[in-house]
Amino acid sequence: MNLEKVVFAFVILLAATLNFGFVYGGIDNPAHHHLWELFAATTVNLIAVVLKFGDRTHIGAVQQAASLVALLQLFAAALVWFFMAPKDGGPPDVDALSSIVSLAAGALLANGVSVVILIADTTIQRR
Amino acid sequence: MQSVFLITIRRLRGPLILIILVFAVSTVGMALIPGVDAQGQPWHMTIFQAFYFVTYTATTIGFGEIPYAFTDQQRLFATLIIYLLVIGWAYLLGAILSLTQDRTFQQALVGARFRRAVAGLREPFYLVCGLGETGVTVVGMLDSLGYRFTAIDRDERRVQALEIEALSLDAPLLAADVRSPETLSIAGLLKPECKAVLALCSDDETNLAVAITACLLRPGLPIIGRAGSPAVAASMTALGTYRVISPFREFGERVALAMRAPDTYRLLAWLTGTPGSYLSPSRPPRMPTPPGHWIICGYGRYGSEVVAAVQRAGFNATIIDPAGLQVPGLRCVQGLGTGTPELHEAGIEAACGLFGGTDDDTTNLAIAIAARRLNPAIFIILRQNLQSSEILFTRFGADMTMVTSQIIATECIAVLRTPLLAEFLDLVRRKGDLWAYSLVESLRTLVGEEAPSFWSFAIEPGEAPGLLDAMDRLDGPIRVGDLTRSAQSRQDRIPCLALLLVRGTQTIELPDDDVAVAANDRLLFAGRRAAGDNQSLMLRNANAAAYVLGNRREAESWVWRAIGRAMAR
Repeated sequence: MNLEKVVFAFVILLAATLNFGFVYGGIDNPAHHHLWELFAATTVNLIAVVLKFGDRTHIGAVQQAASLVALLQLFAAALVWFFMAPKDGGPPDVDALSSIVSLAAGALLANGVSVVILIADTTIQRR
Repeated sequence: MQSVFLITIRRLRGPLILIILVFAVSTVGMALIPGVDAQGQPWHMTIFQAFYFVTYTATTIGFGEIPYAFTDQQRLFATLIIYLLVIGWAYLLGAILSLTQDRTFQQALVGARFRRAVAGLREPFYLVCGLGETGVTVVGMLDSLGYRFTAIDRDERRVQALEIEALSLDAPLLAADVRSPETLSIAGLLKPECKAVLALCSDDETNLAVAITACLLRPGLPIIGRAGSPAVAASMTALGTYRVISPFREFGERVALAMRAPDTYRLLAWLTGTPGSYLSPSRPPRMPTPPGHWIICGYGRYGSEVVAAVQRAGFNATIIDPAGLQVPGLRCVQGLGTGTPELHEAGIEAACGLFGGTDDDTTNLAIAIAARRLNPAIFIILRQNLQSSEILFTRFGADMTMVTSQIIATECIAVLRTPLLAEFLDLVRRKGDLWAYSLVESLRTLVGEEAPSFWSFAIEPGEAPGLLDAMDRLDGPIRVGDLTRSAQSRQDRIPCLALLLVRGTQTIELPDDDVAVAANDRLLFAGRRAAGDNQSLMLRNANAAAYVLGNRREAESWVWRAIGRAMAR
C-alpha cells in the first residue's frame, strides 16, 4: 500500500463529493447551495493541485491538469459570489446564483474526469 | 538536469499544503465566531473578510481588528491562529530560503541560464571543451578576434575563474561532465550555428569521447582535438577529426623549425599572432650552428621531442633527468639540472645550447639561471607551463620561451580563423628560410608590424556577387592586382597582399598582380582589417566593382541608367 496514493485518492474524492454537494439541487434555489460548501470544495481542490506538484509521470500531469481546471472554475464561481452577493452576507440573487452553480457544475465535470483517471490509475496498479 | 520550476514546486509541496490547511481552518473559524458591529448588533465576518484578516495576520502585517473591534471570543481564537499562521508562514519562507541555498537547486539555476544563453546564440560559435591553460588561452584568442563561443569544463573553479575574467562578450560557460553527450548538446553541439568543436581537455580519453560524440551527433562538423598519446591521436584521425593537435609533437616541431629555419619560425609566429601582437624584431639571434652539444633537462614527452629535433639538426645531446634514465645512444646524467655538479657533469662549459623542459616552471627557471651563470654564452630554450609565470620568464629573457598552451592555441586558431589559412601555413612550413624572409619584408612594407588579419573568399554568387557582375560586363580580364584597388579612389592600393589563389586542384602561392582571376577561384588575403572591409565593398556591390575594376561610374537606379543611355545616343 502506498500512503501517498491513498492520501491523494482521499483528497480527489473529497473534492469531487464536495463539489457535487454544492451543485446538487435547483440551479436557482439559494436554499440548495451553501457558500461554505463552495469554500470547502475550493480549498480541497487547491490541496489536490498542490499534491500533484512535481509529479513527472504522464498520468499524474493529466490529473493535475484536470484538478487545475476544476480549481479555476471554482475560483470563478467564488469571485462571482463575492461580487454579486449583497453586503449583509445573504445569498446572491437568482441570476448570479445560476451562473455560480453552472460554473461549479463545470468544475464537477473536471473533478469527475479526475476521479475516472484515479480509478484507471488504481486498476493499473498490481499490488 | 531538471527544470528549476519542477524542483521548486516539488520541494515546496509540503509547506504549501500546510499553509492551505492552516489558512482554511483559520478562515472558517473567523467566519463562524460571532462578533458585534458598531451598534452592538450580532455580526459575522464574511468569508472574504475572514480571509483578509487571516492573510494580513499570517504575514505579520497586522492591520488590526477590521472592520469592527473584536469580541473576547474572537480575540481568543485569533490568538490561537496567530501561532499557527506564523509558524506555517515561517516554515514556508524557511523552505524557500533553504531551497535557494541548496546546491542542486543552484546548479539547476545555472544550468537553466546556460541553456537560455546557448539557445539565444544566433551567430556562428565554437564549442570549447576543457578550460585548462590551453582552453583559457584559446578562449582568450577567440574573444580578441571577436568570435563567439560556449565553453564547458568539469571543474567548477576553472569556470568561475573564467567568469571573472574580462571577456569582451558574455560567453555561456558551464561546469559539467564534458564526456556526457547531454552536456555537449546543451552546450550547443546540435545547433546549426555551431561551427566547430574544440576538445582541449588535458585528458586524452575525454577528448576522444568528445570527438566521438561530435562525430556521431553532428557528422561532418570540424573537430579539433588535442591528443597527447599517439594511440589516441590515431583514433581521432580515424574518426575524421579535422585537425589533431599533439602538444609534444607540435612543441618539438617548433623547436626543430626554429633551429632549421629561424625566419620561417619568425614568420609563422607573426602570422599566427592575435591582433595586437607584433612582429619580433629580428630572427632569433645567436642560434648555434652544428656541430655542437646540447643539454636537455627533463626527458619527458617534451624532452624526447626536443632531443629528436636537436639530433635531426646535427647536434649531440646530453640529458639530465631526475629519474636517472638510461637512454641508448645518449649521455645521461642523473639530477634535476638546477645544481652545479650535474651541469658540470653534463658538460655545461662546452655546451652550445640548453633546453629547460621539466613540467615545473620554477625548476626550469632555476636550471636556466644556473646554466647562464656557468656559461653566459649558452643558448637557452625554456618551456613555460603556466600562463601565470609569464612575468618571471620575461624578466629572465631566455633566447626562446615556448609556452605550451600558447602553441596549441595558436594552432587551433589558425585552423579556425579563415578557410585556406591553414593550407597557407602548411605551405610556409615547407618553404625555405629565404622565401619566408622575403615574405616578411614584403608583407611588412604593406601592413606594418602588427599581426595582420586574414580573410578569404570564393568568387561565387554567394560571396562575391558584385565582382561576378562586373566580370560579366567588363571586357578585359580581371587580375589579382585589380582586387587590391581602393573602392574610394581606384588609383590607390589598399594595404593587403594576396597569399593564395586556389583554382580547382591548382594552388598558386603569392599570386602576382597580373595573374587573372576566374569564377570559382578561392583567394586568401592578408592585411589590415580596414583593407578587408574596403575590398568586401567591391566584392558585394556591383557598382563599386564596376568603378574599381573598369573605371565606370554607373547610375544606381534603372531610371538614371536609361537617361544616361538616351543622352549618349
